[in-house]
Amino acid sequence: MISWIDHLVIAPIILPLLASAVMLSFDERRRTWKRVLSFGTTAGLVAIAALLVCQADGGLDPGEEAARAYLLGNWSAPYGIVLVADRLSALMLLLTSMLGFTALFYSLARWDRSGPRFHVLFLLLLAGLNGAFLTGDIFNLFVFFEVLLAASYGLVLHGSGEERTKASLHYITINIATSLLFLLGVAMIYAVAGTLNMAELAVRIPSIPQSDLMLLESGAAILGVAFLVKSGIWPLSFWLPRTYAAAAAPVSAIFAIMTKVGVYVVLRLSALLFGDGSGGAAGFADQWLIWSGFATMVFGMFGILATRTLTRVAGHYVLVSSGTLLAAVGIGGQALMAALLFYLVSSTLAVGALYLIREPVERNADEEDFIAGIVEPVFDDEYVGTTMQPENEVGVVIPGTIAILGGGFIFCTLLLAGLPPLSGFIAKFAIIDALFAERVIPPVAWILIILIILSGLATLVALTRAGIDLLWTPAPDAPSRLSVIEVVPIGVLLSACLGLMIAAGPLLRYMEATAASLQDRNGYIEAVRRASIAGEALP
Amino acid sequence: MEAVLAIAIGTLTASGLWLLFRPRTFQVVLGLALLSYAVNLFILAAGRLRTNAPPIVGKDMVDPSLYVDPVPQALVLTAIVISFATTALLLVVLLAARGLTGTDHVDGEEEGDQ
Repeated sequence: MISWIDHLVIAPIILPLLASAVMLSFDERRRTWKRVLSFGTTAGLVAIAALLVCQADGGLDPGEEAARAYLLGNWSAPYGIVLVADRLSALMLLLTSMLGFTALFYSLARWDRSGPRFHVLFLLLLAGLNGAFLTGDIFNLFVFFEVLLAASYGLVLHGSGEERTKASLHYITINIATSLLFLLGVAMIYAVAGTLNMAELAVRIPSIPQSDLMLLESGAAILGVAFLVKSGIWPLSFWLPRTYAAAAAPVSAIFAIMTKVGVYVVLRLSALLFGDGSGGAAGFADQWLIWSGFATMVFGMFGILATRTLTRVAGHYVLVSSGTLLAAVGIGGQALMAALLFYLVSSTLAVGALYLIREPVERNADEEDFIAGIVEPVFDDEYVGTTMQPENEVGVVIPGTIAILGGGFIFCTLLLAGLPPLSGFIAKFAIIDALFAERVIPPVAWILIILIILSGLATLVALTRAGIDLLWTPAPDAPSRLSVIEVVPIGVLLSACLGLMIAAGPLLRYMEATAASLQDRNGYIEAVRRASIAGEALP
Repeated sequence: MEAVLAIAIGTLTASGLWLLFRPRTFQVVLGLALLSYAVNLFILAAGRLRTNAPPIVGKDMVDPSLYVDPVPQALVLTAIVISFATTALLLVVLLAARGLTGTDHVDGEEEGDQ
């Protein structure tokens, strides 16, 4: 019999979808109600994701298999769509829900009022992200990508204004074109392999005849380009820093996970479909990943040094971290996988915190620009009850603004630059340690190590300069107010990073188990197969 | 039939790409629409081309070689809906950008007036 815990797998998709559908039927005058609902939903998502992580790690019922497949509509696997929650998916779900919760919390201070339907779009984005992490079918992945992209188009435009509209015009065009590439890749893979189910693909790919391998690899490469655009690889990344800088602060914080979706899919597909033991196609893209990852790191590093605004620095840092991850995926190896997963978690949380903290920091420096950020709506009718009612900042104003902001900023800088003792350092150290573990260190490993250290230095230089500019330069006016609602989410993110540092041992063990199950592949395939057999046995 | 379809896809892709790289927003939207037609035809072709073969199989066991693969057709249906919706959204953003910047250039400013 299927217990409630088996249905938990689909909850991260259903819950935000339902909540946003309900909210759609109310306009912005029911703001308090919407806030309570979306706050509750995001908090619920954190709890569900934590449960799923426990379950994937065998914490709930020891002896159970790590990966769990869920048949949608009880259609058995190669024909219907499956969701698979294994260690990697559960980890990404937890990361997404943490970031989603804090970004939404932060937006309650002010941003959710600067345009209509913020909560609806935000929850839809979370539903799309969770779906993309859970699905075990490539075409279903496309659908969830479109869900999250459609929501992200709306969120980039949130708050309106010329800069946002111009940036989103590019963002939307690039992403629609990328989606077409995605479809091309899916069609080519289907034409060769005759299935789109990931587990089934992993079974069939080793036996694909040599004559069809070329077509399969081209299909996978086109598909890969679609994900690499999302993860912001050079030279497909010029849209990224600008779009992220134009978006509202909580939106760019949740966008920190969007590039990681691309990295996740590349990691998942390269381990499952093109890992060791998948015949002639094994590891065909590794060299491409390594070198384009290096190019992305170099580009991001120069970008960090060349830009003067904090948002652009953060945008280029996102590129550096994507580049590091992709190059590490290309080099491969179990220990390195574990280290890169730790780095992924740490850098995503830290970038999210930086995007949140940069707004109050820059507001101090430039009060007028900040107010100019809110502009007249383009389509009036949707804006009922949003910007029309002047309302004071919500929450208690706390003293010592500069001290708190400065402390948080230093914390962020240490995390992003990877200085000891925080989790950024542990992550980079783990990566370098894994690279040194080989008896003969290949040249690419040396390049990666050098680039990791140099990019850390560049980040440190740029953030120190920005910090001096924004926090230490005496301002003519008194520092502006900072509400508790803005401080708490930043604090939550930073203390999550602190938690990563303190619990680094058990966490790295979890990551090692994740990396082992990624290399093994059989756990994933078996989970899908077993669920299909169990599904057929039901009446 | 393969040749005709291939030429059609090629023509649509070529014109779509050319329009996509034009500087006016409306041309870009049309380019994306043409590209999505090309991709939809391509997905259909991925299920092998057949004439006079229905995609829906009856209840009793029948010879599958009489039928065309239904999966690509279902995929195309989804792809059409999604690209239609995103194109509509892009049109709205285009109008908003035109209203805010006063130009229909993709960068929001004419080449001359920097």
